Amino acid sequence: MLNVTDDFPVMTYFCLTYKAARKPGGGLPGVSLATFKDAEHIVRLAVASAIVLVIFLLVRAHFIPKSFGQYGHYRGDALAELTAKPIHYAGHQTCEQCHSDVLDVKKMGKHAGVNCEGCHGPQAKHAEDPGAGKPVLPDTKVLCARCHEANLAKPKNFPQVVTADHSGGEACKTCHQPHSPLLAPGEKKKS
Amino acid sequence: MITRRRMLFLLPAAAIAYPYVLAGTPESAPNYGSAKHWWGMLLQVDKCIGCGNCVRACSAENNVPEGYYRTWVERYHVTGGPEDSPKVDSPEGGIKGFPPSPYTGGKNFFVPKMCNHCVDSPCTQVCPVGATLHTPDGVVLVDEKYCLGCRYCVQACPYGCRFLHPVKRTAEKCSLCYHRITQGLTTACCENCPTGARQLADLKNPDDPIHEFLRTHSVQVLKPHLATGAKAYYHDLDGSVR
Repeated sequence: MLNVTDDFPVMTYFCLTYKAARKPGGGLPGVSLATFKDAEHIVRLAVASAIVLVIFLLVRAHFIPKSFGQYGHYRGDALAELTAKPIHYAGHQTCEQCHSDVLDVKKMGKHAGVNCEGCHGPQAKHAEDPGAGKPVLPDTKVLCARCHEANLAKPKNFPQVVTADHSGGEACKTCHQPHSPLLAPGEKKKS
Repeated sequence: MITRRRMLFLLPAAAIAYPYVLAGTPESAPNYGSAKHWWGMLLQVDKCIGCGNCVRACSAENNVPEGYYRTWVERYHVTGGPEDSPKVDSPEGGIKGFPPSPYTGGKNFFVPKMCNHCVDSPCTQVCPVGATLHTPDGVVLVDEKYCLGCRYCVQACPYGCRFLHPVKRTAEKCSLCYHRITQGLTTACCENCPTGARQLADLKNPDDPIHEFLRTHSVQVLKPHLATGAKAYYHDLDGSVR
């Protein structure tokens, strides 16, 4: 009936209780041999279920992180981890704290809405330590063409040129001041 | 049932609990109240020049692996009636800009694409382990420590905004630069857009210019029939864009 080796923890418990109940005057109070004989299968099932439940709860408590469910069905700590990622673009407000002279030129011209790092690249390291990681001056031949090279899909009112015809490979900054790009001082606009 | 005796116990307990209820959930970053924001983005198609600055900025800011894009730009060429499908190209996601258009005539325009940070996001719903999450401030993120790399979310996203990181083997997507916006900065793509075609929008901030814009302009979302609650609002979007 009972296979102790196959079903060790449940059966051991049951065997011990059963044996104790068989002894005259032994066993748990209120538990007689007759009760056990009738309800044996129920008790076995209940004990087995309880043990499975306890093991499940222990495993669950061990594997599910404490912050899981803090905001929703996910790990609440993940938000703090994602917030702590490093920043590469310092933002134009940071640039303007030191380079206000450039800002003064820029805000008068057509490029007022173009932020510093859009052309000069990510400068968070430079903002933290201006000595280290000096920004490289962009090549205006490549840089300006990215926006201003003529393309049918660009909005019609956006200033565009075919660079090959317009400058013949000459760097744009030869004539234009990139921060305020209408023609350089002293030079007249072609009609 | 609430008896007079029970009421005597309940009232002081409620008084003690009330300040904690008011304080709301604990915050992930100091000085940042996630309950005070609801993030989205405004993308103005009529302003996009296809320069690729957003794609480059996103890649640099988020260390996006080469050949994969969290945001990208598509070029559309639309002709004729509804039976003509539009011609769409996006060489390398537009990270190097676009070559001259091979077409003449028709309607040509650029469409910047990114995660729509849907309110009822299909990707969040299918994640079997809770690795894709919807933050209290309306951003859909990936917990890469929890992600199994099963790709359910990649298949579920109707906008094709997700991919599997080739090295980490976890799901990747636009995070709306969560590490920046929680610190008062704008996203890398918005910071670097030269024409202001992209604008980060905080729909819970009454001073955000998005409200004025939404009142005075018509905006569209991508695939509205899917009812994903997309929060990437497009202005001047052509009906052919999917």
